Amino acid sequence: MPTITIDGQTLEVKEGDNILQACLNAGLDLPYFCWHPAMGSIGSCRQCALVQYQNPSDERGRIVMGCMTQVTDGARFSLDANNAVEFREAVVESLMLNHPHDCPVCAEGGECHLQDMTVMVGHRDRRYRGKKNTHRNQYLGPLIHHEMNRCITCYRCERFYRDYAGGTDLGAQASRDRLYFGRQQDGVLESEFSGNLVEVCPTGVFTDKPFLADFSRKWDLQSAPSICGGCGVGCNIAPGERYGRLKRVHNRYHDDINGYFICDRGRFGNSYVNADQRIDYAGIQDADGRFTAVDQASALDTAGAWLKNAKIGGIGSPRASLEANFLLQTWVGADQFSSGIADIERATVDRQLQILQSTRAINPSIKQMESADAVLILGEDLTHTAARVALALRQAVRNKSLAMATQMGLPSWQDAAVRNLAQDALSPLFVVTSYASRLDDIAQRTVTLAPDDIAEFGRHLAARLQGEPAQSPLIEEFASSLAAAERPLIISGSSMLQSNIIDAGAAIAEALCLDNPQTMLSLTAPESNTVGATMLAHPNNLSLEGMVERAVELDVLVILENDVTRRLDAASMQKLVASGTKIIALDVIENATVERASMVLPAASFAESQGTLINHEGRAQRFFPVFPPAEQRLPSWQWLLQLAALNGNSQLTALTQFDQVVDACAASQPAFAHLNEVAPDRSFRDRGQKIPRQTHRYSGRTAINAGVSVHEPQQPVDHETPLAFSMEGLNRDQPSTLIPYVWSPGWNSNHALQKFQAEVDGPLKGGQSGVRVLISSADGVAPQTTTPIGAAPNDRWQLVPVHRLHGSEELSARSDEIAELAGDAFIALSAETAGQLEVAEGDRLKVIANGDSISLAVKIVDRMAAGCVGYSYGYAATRGLIAGAHADLQRDTDWRPPQPSLIATDRQSMAVDRGNPHV
Amino acid sequence: MTQQPIQTDLNSVLSHEEIHAIDAELSHVPYKSGAAIDALKIVQARRGWVSDDCLMAIARHLDMSAEQLEGIATFYNLIYRRPVGEKVILFCDSVSCWISDCDGIKAKISQHLQIDYGETTTDNRYTLLPVPCLGACDRAPVMMIGDELITDLDDARIELLFGAHNEARTD
Repeated sequence: MPTITIDGQTLEVKEGDNILQACLNAGLDLPYFCWHPAMGSIGSCRQCALVQYQNPSDERGRIVMGCMTQVTDGARFSLDANNAVEFREAVVESLMLNHPHDCPVCAEGGECHLQDMTVMVGHRDRRYRGKKNTHRNQYLGPLIHHEMNRCITCYRCERFYRDYAGGTDLGAQASRDRLYFGRQQDGVLESEFSGNLVEVCPTGVFTDKPFLADFSRKWDLQSAPSICGGCGVGCNIAPGERYGRLKRVHNRYHDDINGYFICDRGRFGNSYVNADQRIDYAGIQDADGRFTAVDQASALDTAGAWLKNAKIGGIGSPRASLEANFLLQTWVGADQFSSGIADIERATVDRQLQILQSTRAINPSIKQMESADAVLILGEDLTHTAARVALALRQAVRNKSLAMATQMGLPSWQDAAVRNLAQDALSPLFVVTSYASRLDDIAQRTVTLAPDDIAEFGRHLAARLQGEPAQSPLIEEFASSLAAAERPLIISGSSMLQSNIIDAGAAIAEALCLDNPQTMLSLTAPESNTVGATMLAHPNNLSLEGMVERAVELDVLVILENDVTRRLDAASMQKLVASGTKIIALDVIENATVERASMVLPAASFAESQGTLINHEGRAQRFFPVFPPAEQRLPSWQWLLQLAALNGNSQLTALTQFDQVVDACAASQPAFAHLNEVAPDRSFRDRGQKIPRQTHRYSGRTAINAGVSVHEPQQPVDHETPLAFSMEGLNRDQPSTLIPYVWSPGWNSNHALQKFQAEVDGPLKGGQSGVRVLISSADGVAPQTTTPIGAAPNDRWQLVPVHRLHGSEELSARSDEIAELAGDAFIALSAETAGQLEVAEGDRLKVIANGDSISLAVKIVDRMAAGCVGYSYGYAATRGLIAGAHADLQRDTDWRPPQPSLIATDRQSMAVDRGNPHV
Repeated sequence: MTQQPIQTDLNSVLSHEEIHAIDAELSHVPYKSGAAIDALKIVQARRGWVSDDCLMAIARHLDMSAEQLEGIATFYNLIYRRPVGEKVILFCDSVSCWISDCDGIKAKISQHLQIDYGETTTDNRYTLLPVPCLGACDRAPVMMIGDELITDLDDARIELLFGAHNEARTD
């Protein structure tokens, strides 16, 4: 390791690093703006200046940029030299010429990197008395607020949006002191990762728009470590709360998963927690279908009467915690339990689990996926089904350019130089899907096939890799690229609801493994705990459809956080309700299942409860309550314990604490043996104290409710977790699972993260968080024969599910802004099909399948397999459509647009009129 | 609040001649976007400036996003994204011209034409723009009117060039 000297201090530094990284690793505060650990250096802001000396006798030295200077053994630097100190202050002073003095009204204030750097360089007084530049701000959609006057022209936004995330509609315009970052004209930002601009911008140009309308300072937010429930990836998030409202979600660094970035569903899809449709009280439905709100005690009284000597069934949920699912299954018994996943999906996710439990291939983390040098995607539009994986693949295709750079002796952090060298050279990415995917722009080859044909294509490819002759030049091209790669990655998943595609993906990976043990196979999972619910499944479990049949024999059916109307067709749902069984539904928000329940129990959301979720790679992760649930709400695991006790269940009566539930679950099967290592238990103390959820500067703790009551209530006590609803305690040196927010002296922004990392851009000091519970036996995947669905006859079309980041997921779609972006349900056609049917974008088509007719808006897509049409998956209007079904399409001329309803932005302006006392 | 994106039908916006000229440039570059500046110049040479519609049409023709091309168009001072007069006066205000009292000369021009920097005369004949250097410091102060370089500016020359402007306008 090279040794360098900084101000007389000798440091061992990492070979190949730049001086800025070396300084930060050594704990030295060298200010910077344009550098970002994930995006490297471009040397544009000139902030990280320091003095480098030529030789031992050089007293004067010269100013160099830390981020652009590679460490060399024996090099000597100074941070404290007068000219370096003056230079750094001058840079901030010049940035301040045009930066408005609007910190008190800026959403970034208090967590602003520019504020931190200004203080760090010691710049206090403005000498400039002239006019400041002003710009016109743009409307960028419901998620991002634009305030261009604050820009310090570091280029980070453009570099993230365009270079890192592949967006095309945001860029630098004009030059010199008129430099402008925005779109060509007002409009909604197209990138699914636009929310990261909020964290990437070192100041307040791009801020979180919904947060702005319901704002609190960072120091006033109460936060807890949490896991995103938006999809099966399990990104780590840091939600912040005040006044009992979930205010915003920030990225929470996980070295192996999300790193520094999350998708817009994860960041903006959680405001359903504050929705008016949240269930506040238990309710009992009367004969007229009206609910009477009752308190916890009377709800439990009634439930107790129903449950006495009753025959009980339970439906679990792939979006509820492992613990809650475990409790329900244990209570009602495996024979009377369904994981709550419909047959069509269960067939794919069951097969997925079998594959991951037996494959020879590596089941990679996202970080490992980023290292892939050839990628094949089978049947997934990843940006919409596992967005964070898609973002990782945008980095993976750059491995070719990084290899070119290494050959030239260029360090990978020299971002502009590496991109300039590589031009459009990309590592091979092959996309085989039924319709256009958002990664098509970086694909070496896209292939458009009907779902059955994707599987067949995959099987031919696997056969070729096992030594059989190639069926086509395309197969040969794919095979030779994948075989030549050092770390090939095959990605498939359940989004097409067809297990033969997943099988084909597994067969390809297995074939590659014969020669290359570095082969990776990753399978996406549809929901946050699909893998957990599937692992928990017992062979005696009923399918969801089977539970509908069984319902007539049951007295009570408990449905856990599951809107089964999303999974069952209308007739099955009708049958379930008509069975006469009493349904007790536990859920966080009103939905069509809750409406049909005999009793509704208000469950705490992810932000008010704790639990374990198992992500697509089989990693168990714990989320913690950010704030206590409102008075009448309880976490599902507590409801279930109480219900089971009323029912006289002897197995569960001994359990009262969450940790005991975890232990019981861990004991239930060998795979879960290490479940209690996922996070420290409630007895954890750091220097005698729990980890504080509130910051040290948290204000108004005793006066926060003075508008309601002048009596100062006692601070809620957390008996269940290692965290406290308090500002007392230390937020440092704790296990990584317990970091609620990042903050460090002098570093108030999210850049404080580097003080929590073992090294710049490395793992957290607190160690690996989460436990891999899905371990493959590596015996190889046993092939399975599946019957193809078969192409539609000539005059009909095969329905394929089209996933949308905004709209396809149940809970995020209940957030106003996401609902606005989701738009209306649609039927996706190729231009050719549209021509054949004589319809244009926006026209209406009647989709007739299984005896139902649904009117949908036409959306024309770049690619759609012949004989197939796509329907927007997960939307209320397309609930009756089934993947693989054959449909008739007819022009709908009778359709008239409904009356316009409120959209999120209208609500925001109304919020001002309503007057929020807390803003 | 949201503006409708401007719909551009390539053929209805750009003339065949323009598309032809742009295609000729495309044959010289390895990446389509490499012809961006030339394409903007081709369109500006024929229309005087580059409208939003033209920008969108060029971007589509070069497989670029509107944002990318706008970044290039607005980076260069001499690509005009707003209409200009028949002739653009590029008036040098750099150091040699400045010590030769270009400020006084500029005031005279403004007086004659009744326009300041960035403005166009009401008869649409002239647009006045500052320029950092025209490479003729030995003959400062200088300016360009259209393609013509005019050197050794003084009040008399300005009078000669623009003195009749207001009268001409009343004709």
